[in-house]
Amino acid sequence: MNLLEVDNLHVQFPTRSGTFDAVRGVSFSLGRERLGIVGESGSGKSLTGRAILRLIKPPGIVTADKISLEGENLLDLSERQMRKVRGQRISMVMQDPKFSLNPVMRVGEQIVEAYSQHTRASRKEAKAKAIEMLEAVSIRDSERVFRAYPHEMSGGMGQRIMIAMMLIPNPQILIADEPTSALDVSVQTQVLSIMDRLVQERGMGLVFISHDLNLVSAFCDRVLIMYGGRVVETCRADQLYNAKHPYTQGLLNSLPRLDTPVNRLQVLQRDDAWMTDNPQLDDKPDDLTQPHISKTDAETP
Amino acid sequence: MNNSNASASGASTITGLRAWLNAEVPGSRWQARASAWYHGWLEFKSNRLALLGLLILIALVLIAIFAPLLSPHDPYTQNLSNRLLPMGSEGHLLGTDSLGRDLLSRMIYGARITLYIVALVALIAPVAGLLVGTVAGYLGGWTDTVLMRLTDIFLAFPRLVLALAFVAALGAGIENAVLAIALTAWPPYARIARAETLTIRSSDYISAVKLQGAGAFRIIVKHIWPLCIASLIVRITLDMAGIILAAAGLGFLGLGARPPSPEWGAMIADGRRFILDHWWVATMPGLAIFTVSLAFNLLGDGLRDLLDPKSQGK
Amino acid sequence: MTTAAGKPPPTEYRSGWTRGSIKLARVIGSVLVTMLGLLFITFIIGRVMPIDPVISVVGERATKEVYDAAYQEMGLDKPVLVQFFYYLSDVVRGDFGTSYLNGRPVADEIRRVFPATLELATIGTLIGIIFGVPLGMIAAVKRDSWIDQVARVVALVGYSMPIFWLGLVGLLVFYGILGWVGGPGRVGIFYVDIVPPVTGMILIDSALDGQWEIFWDAVSHIVLPASILGYYSLAYISRMTRSFMLEQLNAEYVTTARVKGLSEWTVIWRHAFGNIKVQLITVIALSYAGLLEGSVLTEIIFSWPGIGSYITTALLSADMNAVLGGTVVVGLVFVCLNVLSDLLYSFFDPRAK
Repeated sequence: MNLLEVDNLHVQFPTRSGTFDAVRGVSFSLGRERLGIVGESGSGKSLTGRAILRLIKPPGIVTADKISLEGENLLDLSERQMRKVRGQRISMVMQDPKFSLNPVMRVGEQIVEAYSQHTRASRKEAKAKAIEMLEAVSIRDSERVFRAYPHEMSGGMGQRIMIAMMLIPNPQILIADEPTSALDVSVQTQVLSIMDRLVQERGMGLVFISHDLNLVSAFCDRVLIMYGGRVVETCRADQLYNAKHPYTQGLLNSLPRLDTPVNRLQVLQRDDAWMTDNPQLDDKPDDLTQPHISKTDAETP
Repeated sequence: MNNSNASASGASTITGLRAWLNAEVPGSRWQARASAWYHGWLEFKSNRLALLGLLILIALVLIAIFAPLLSPHDPYTQNLSNRLLPMGSEGHLLGTDSLGRDLLSRMIYGARITLYIVALVALIAPVAGLLVGTVAGYLGGWTDTVLMRLTDIFLAFPRLVLALAFVAALGAGIENAVLAIALTAWPPYARIARAETLTIRSSDYISAVKLQGAGAFRIIVKHIWPLCIASLIVRITLDMAGIILAAAGLGFLGLGARPPSPEWGAMIADGRRFILDHWWVATMPGLAIFTVSLAFNLLGDGLRDLLDPKSQGK
Repeated sequence: MTTAAGKPPPTEYRSGWTRGSIKLARVIGSVLVTMLGLLFITFIIGRVMPIDPVISVVGERATKEVYDAAYQEMGLDKPVLVQFFYYLSDVVRGDFGTSYLNGRPVADEIRRVFPATLELATIGTLIGIIFGVPLGMIAAVKRDSWIDQVARVVALVGYSMPIFWLGLVGLLVFYGILGWVGGPGRVGIFYVDIVPPVTGMILIDSALDGQWEIFWDAVSHIVLPASILGYYSLAYISRMTRSFMLEQLNAEYVTTARVKGLSEWTVIWRHAFGNIKVQLITVIALSYAGLLEGSVLTEIIFSWPGIGSYITTALLSADMNAVLGGTVVVGLVFVCLNVLSDLLYSFFDPRAK
């Protein structure tokens, strides 16, 4: 069975001029694999991640046929039961550690809090575990970092702390929402490889949300391409360059590539037809009439 | 902005004017401006409380203008045989005060005094603040340090106590009360104007104007002042309630308008002696003060939501 | 909110200790300049006074010689700056001159009346904190609910109500009609001047002396004026709490806390509230200073023998030394509270170090 199955997920926000559909009918499933979700800003990729954790507050409206975690539909859980899912079974790393760590709480306290919430560990055990976790994300000076405040940390350090904090209750799924886009380019790879190693070691499922096609294709097993709140294409990461949907192709062509240099990069073309229910694509209608991922497709490794 | 909304709500009664105001691409500068005002008005109108505040204030202005027509009696005529009549007495809807003067008429005339004070303070304080703030912000250096230090010193004073001391020095009276309140009210405007100036000063179009040879005076007056106005107006509206309360407080202490003028604060002071037996004499003018300053607060809140992008109060 | 926020970061590296002492020196310097300015303004106000201070001392019927002698003795023949210097050195020594009205030193009088104001403003602020902070928190958490609307109305009414009028109506209803509270003054007429003054705050003094009857009488007298002041403080504190909280609740670390599986209570109180504590300290200090001022009108309504009553009485009898002395003291307390809140800010906020 898949770890996570999302079926026909919708996220809507009422506005003065009617309802805004931010996510419209997204379906996918996740095994113990690394799934990338790629899209431009406003494509609904972050909201998809947050909707899984039921973090979207009113007036936002989330509906889905199901969001099931190992067969249990998260939409049926009470808020109290949902709190047991958050952190312990599904966790999330956010974009910028400058904002996602509490600025007036010591780093150690924040990690200990994440651990003690789901275990009956004593304060001492929790601290030992937190130190161990800090070391697991390659922080050498763990005792000092434990006592430090977030603003005393660099961005890369902060994100590693964030990863430690989110993995300490040993969840099955980690949602990483643009985990490296706020970081310095020089530490991006380091942070990613730490995250990657831990996820692999623990046999977790990873949902990697990003706008960066190259990054995703390098780090993930499978990729969903989102546009205008829906999944327009899904494929294996190593097959990405053979993608068929015009949007994906547009994305690929607007990236500079060393192996096939061009004089002028293509400007991304958009088509409102991609946002309608059954996109009729002129060029290759045969294999793209169903842009959502089919379930058989997901049962990979 | 929000074109679709406006046109949707008016879909059934689209008139030429509305279509013109909602045009996606304005044809002239005048149309763009009118359209911006129109959309601002639509947004303002959706805030019912702010609209209520505006209506109360319009009513206040009308009452002040037509005071002689509206008031049933002369506000100054004493009639000792009719003193302290209760509310609902014949010919005196709100009763009479300790000298037999009709309370309703006095309250109606009091609206004039309140408006007079508010208008004067609202003219003096922001202009003084604007002057100090823009000059300090634009010239910078020592001018800035000295002027802002001065502002800080005035800000450090408790406003009412400082106003009291000023009135004590200048002598009681409505003009002196206005002056005292204005003297304590200008520093926040100076702060705002300076902050705005600092952001505007470094912008490219100011450099462009400078390159054309404009002097500091011209730049401040023609290019910086107009841009400070919006935030100052919001602040003025929010300050009005405080100004009314301060003026009423001075009047209550006998330091504002001199008797027999029907100033609301002074009327409360007058009624205070009879509060236990003739409660309406002090209570009614208080309600008037309360209503007017509430109206200013409601309007100010609405304007802030509308004009201040930072408050994002939807 | 605070003036410190706009300062550019130091460009060169200094050790923490030196940087701390430089900062402290800067704070002290700015306080001194502010106080000097404050004194200069009160001095100028005293100069432009149309009342001749000499006549208040020697009386209307004094001869020319007596008048001139007094004129010289008071230093009025010296240049204005020299006079200011005299004034300054007097104030530094804690000398505000003598009251024209009763010949007693103004400083002593202020020392006598100030505790009454302090007592009133302190209890008012406590009421404002106890009710205002939770109200603002609930309003922010349940944004746009009916309770948010109620909190909004409560605050708007507080901002719009003339305080002296509210005091009058309060006296009418709770004292005149219902008889629930004591009337004007700090204690009933039979208890005046019985308790030996230690702190000058009658609640503390009567408790220290074991005079519980007087204590409860004093409580019944302070309840109403303190509640009315407290209402103003509540209006301000609840509004500020709400807007601070709204800002924090949108912050990403709050989402992090929720992702950890924490309960909403913990998210709100441990995480979000933890982040507004420092800002709240500033707001509370400002509201406390505001109450010291707001007590001027309240004290008159309630015949409360505090500094507000003192200044107004002096004002009406043109006792300028007393007016200026009182103004200076209230101004100094204002400045001190501002500095205190700035210092607390940098003490409690880990980012400010």
